[in-house]
Amino acid sequence: MSVLAHEAHGHHDSHHHDEHAHHEEHFVSKYIFSQDHKMIAKQYLITAVFMGFVGMLLSILFRIQLAWPGESADFLSFFLGDTWAPNGVLSEDMYLGLVTIHGTIMVFFLLTGGLSGTFSNLLIPFQLGARDMASGFMNMISYWLFFISSVIMFISLFVETGPAMSGWTVYPPLSALPQAVSGSGLGMDLWLISMAIFIASSLMGSLNYIVTVLNLRTKGMTMTRMPLTVWTFFVTAILGLLSFPVLLSAALLLIMDRTMGTSFYLSDIIAGSEMLTNHGGSPLLYQHLFWFLGHPEVYIVLLPSLGLSSEIISTNSRKPIFGYRAMIGSTLAIGFLSFIVWAHHMFVTGMSPFLGSVFVFTTLLIAIPSAVKVFNYLTTLWKGTIVYTPAMLFSIGLVSAFITGGITGIILADSALDITVHDTYFVVAHFHVVMGLSAVFGMFAGVYHWFPKMFGRMLNTRLGYAHFWVTIVGAYGVFIPMHFIGISGAPRRYYDYSVYEVFDGETFLKFENLNLVITIFAIIAATGQLIFLFNFFYSIFRGPKAPQNPWNSSTLEWTTPVEHIHGNWPGALPVVHRWPYDFSKPGWEEDFVPQTTPLKEGEEEH
Amino acid sequence: MGSKLIFLIVVVLGVVAIAQLVRLYELSSKLRKRGEHEISNRDNRLNAKLMLAFMFVFFGSMIYLMVNYGWTGRGVAATEHGERLDWLMSLNMIIVLVVFFSTNFLLFLFAFKYVKKPGVRALYFPHSTKLELIWTIVPAMALLVIIVLGLIEWDNATSKAKEDAIVVELYSKQFDWTARYSGKDNTLGKFDYKVTSDKNLLGIVNSETLDYAIDKLKNDTLLGIDAMERNLNNKNKIYSVEEREKMMTTLHRNEEIYRLLVQLKNRHDKSLDAQSWDDIIVAGPAEKLYLCVDQEYEFNFRSKDVIHSAFFPNFRAQMNTVPGQTTRFKFTPNKTTAEMRKIKNDPKFDYSLLCNKICGGSHYKMYMLIEVLERDEYNAVMKAIDLGSDNATRPKDDQLTEKELTILKKKFGDALPAAHRFETLFKGAPAPAVAPVVEGAEGMVAPADTAQVAAVPGK
Ligand code: HEM
Ligand SMILES: [Cu+2]
Ligand SMILES: [Cu+2]
Repeated sequence: MSVLAHEAHGHHDSHHHDEHAHHEEHFVSKYIFSQDHKMIAKQYLITAVFMGFVGMLLSILFRIQLAWPGESADFLSFFLGDTWAPNGVLSEDMYLGLVTIHGTIMVFFLLTGGLSGTFSNLLIPFQLGARDMASGFMNMISYWLFFISSVIMFISLFVETGPAMSGWTVYPPLSALPQAVSGSGLGMDLWLISMAIFIASSLMGSLNYIVTVLNLRTKGMTMTRMPLTVWTFFVTAILGLLSFPVLLSAALLLIMDRTMGTSFYLSDIIAGSEMLTNHGGSPLLYQHLFWFLGHPEVYIVLLPSLGLSSEIISTNSRKPIFGYRAMIGSTLAIGFLSFIVWAHHMFVTGMSPFLGSVFVFTTLLIAIPSAVKVFNYLTTLWKGTIVYTPAMLFSIGLVSAFITGGITGIILADSALDITVHDTYFVVAHFHVVMGLSAVFGMFAGVYHWFPKMFGRMLNTRLGYAHFWVTIVGAYGVFIPMHFIGISGAPRRYYDYSVYEVFDGETFLKFENLNLVITIFAIIAATGQLIFLFNFFYSIFRGPKAPQNPWNSSTLEWTTPVEHIHGNWPGALPVVHRWPYDFSKPGWEEDFVPQTTPLKEGEEEH
Repeated sequence: MGSKLIFLIVVVLGVVAIAQLVRLYELSSKLRKRGEHEISNRDNRLNAKLMLAFMFVFFGSMIYLMVNYGWTGRGVAATEHGERLDWLMSLNMIIVLVVFFSTNFLLFLFAFKYVKKPGVRALYFPHSTKLELIWTIVPAMALLVIIVLGLIEWDNATSKAKEDAIVVELYSKQFDWTARYSGKDNTLGKFDYKVTSDKNLLGIVNSETLDYAIDKLKNDTLLGIDAMERNLNNKNKIYSVEEREKMMTTLHRNEEIYRLLVQLKNRHDKSLDAQSWDDIIVAGPAEKLYLCVDQEYEFNFRSKDVIHSAFFPNFRAQMNTVPGQTTRFKFTPNKTTAEMRKIKNDPKFDYSLLCNKICGGSHYKMYMLIEVLERDEYNAVMKAIDLGSDNATRPKDDQLTEKELTILKKKFGDALPAAHRFETLFKGAPAPAVAPVVEGAEGMVAPADTAQVAAVPGK
């Protein structure tokens, strides 16, 4: 309906149209309860930037404890006060609380809600030539649910008994029993409520993305002419749609165990001095449910970043992405395989070893499409003419981190080896390199690349360079040493490693040294993010005006006017004649051919 | 307070400083008429060089860490399967490091080499089926090797233990470990969490522990069902609503458990009682777990409250402990603690059992020490523990031999390792007024009481 209406309006010249829109729109419906995909994308991004900074601050707080265990730090009492950091020393319980909320925020709020929310919203309609999402209203609800869940998660940090403290995976019984840890009281309730709302938001978003991709492509935009960004958003949305409901059910059962005396996950427990009567439940059930979401989730986090960087690498090498169809194929393969590997998180949980073997097999299969992607990136760079925009730097960083994190995945997927490194810092290093580096780099790359599209202004390039170099040095500086701590047996989620002093002085010293190095790099990396924060907010208001197509890209979003208008294109919708990667095509003067340019006589599509 | 102010001032000044710098920069680029999206050749070349430089630093620090902190960084394994796992780890590491160095090298090399140069046009190279096939098939082959070798070791590590393996139970709770040897019969006594009591921390089931638990549940002066009912019905006692509610919950729970316990008792087979009495209990971390070198052990794991994970870094073994479920793992230590101390050149080194699953505030302090002994030492220790204070009263044939006593003396000096038969613990053999003197080794004492105290959790 509304799409048609916009079509009718669409004959004005863009500037005029925009001014008219201003008259008609209220502040509230334009900036707050907006149903426009571009505004919603910005809302997601800004919420995610906020949550990302909260998450990062939390990590610095607990890294201080790990580097200088038991030493008083003003920085800690400044943020945590006397309850949680008496005399400037982080309390044991709050250490776990910080770790838990840090993980939750980063995985779900920054890299799931924030990343997909921002770029799927921004780019799906833009790159497909649609006036807006299939349902603007649902899109708006989706954002506001995300906002509410973010607020609840944030508030849970300030609860008297502390936030959830059972790790971001919130395994019961620890998360089910307030007697076991103080965070499993009100903090855990808030965690569960927040996540339930988050899931609702995510589902609405996913549905919208899927329907939009399937139904609202403009004329000529066949599935095999879609940019890889849209392909990855599409597959991501399907993954989310199929797996988040399972997390919701896991959470609901946990809520019932916590409040209604059911025994889904509880059996034969003595909590403190209370002998519980729950019998017959299984904590492993929760783990199966959780990881049935959890593993697809890590690809929900990563795939959009891979899509963004495919686009950016191709554009800035001025070369077509190598193996477009193989890229689509590997995305689909990863999407499919990610549903049948979940139990690789459970090799030593007491699950049947035979079942473990099956999951070893499927998990290692997933490395094949991942390898294909890496080689395709490399070949795209080969004999290109690389332009170093900040987005391009981050995309190359993404590829490096994807390799570095992928190979440790291969070690972990080998169940026999996982016996020795499961739940150590080696795992922490693995998933931070793939998510904390690779996916986050992809997100940054996306922000730098599409900032002109979002805000009509340019980010400062030099600050972008500084941001990238500080970030990659800082981040690798954190996570490379972490592998070495992990492989020598440092368990994760330890408040300090002083027990090692009792029985293995040499290893203890190693942990001490490397933990110090890690924290120093973490502080460097975190400081680097302030450069970004400044650049971001400064440029939103004062950055130089953006040209229409700053990076000489061929995709459709750069054919829309810089000033945002309802319905995206002032005139008729663009018609697509070719794939999006005709860079440096022989026979063309310019080094890029927009998707809207018809094929020349006798020109092959690709 | 002062430091907070300074902190804030620094932040504000920092932001102002950057803002000024950016303005300056913007003015200058305005003068040069260059937009932010036009990247100069100089900037391109600078970043290209930084890419290469970064690669050297990156690889350099990786190699530095590998040289300094050990190639796989974890010293020698102390079990048979652990040595094989380390071999497999090395092999896999070589494979993945080759991939790591070569692909990262290509990435940064290309990033350096193919930076935009004026007048050069990129190669239009959208796909090549041949190349794509190559890099699908080659990784697939490599992964096949990894999978097959991995599964062989996985099967080896997780398969059933041999008949002659010694069965040991490890019981976890917030925040310590308790071990239970299966005793002479190599069979662990049955357990049920409902019979857990102050005297029976592991919930071991036999006729007497059942009676004790039932009696306690019913008649305990404070929390027994009868006492609670009396209190709740007593008009003279005033409780707040919450207190009353809490008492009611506990009461209902205890009544249900009582019912179940009685059923359990009716089903109980008395002939199994002996299985449990000879079990030997070791409460960490005050007491050490002793293992015998080159002897296979079958570990059964249990948990009282939340999930923990039994993690033995040096033995390359790990298994979660799950409430309501028994999990298992087996291994064969193949280096004694003494040998390992030599290898590590650290006379204070000990093997350890850590908790490796987040389990609450003191998760990081939950550990137990393990000592691997020579077979004769081990036998002597286990015998001494089994006899406990009865040594002197037993028939001559059962007593510790002269040879064993010398071994013990040599290994432990004057104090025998603390550990106890379940029977002694439960029946609370009256602590001898005078420390039992073991023949031939004066002063060798089993510090029964201290150990028993350590085994009782802070209530
Ligand atoms: C080659 C591809 C990959 C393989 C074979 C792989 C394999 C594994 C395995 C086996 C584990 C479980 C380790 C353990 O808990 O002991 C694991 C953990 C994890 N992986 Fe990956 N992985 C791969 C790529 C990724 C990617 C791309 C991401 C995210 C973008 C990711 C995120 C994670 C996370 C978050 C965890 C740990 C969760 C936790 O325990 O808290 N992995 N990976
Ligand atoms: Cu996974
Ligand atoms: Cu524990």
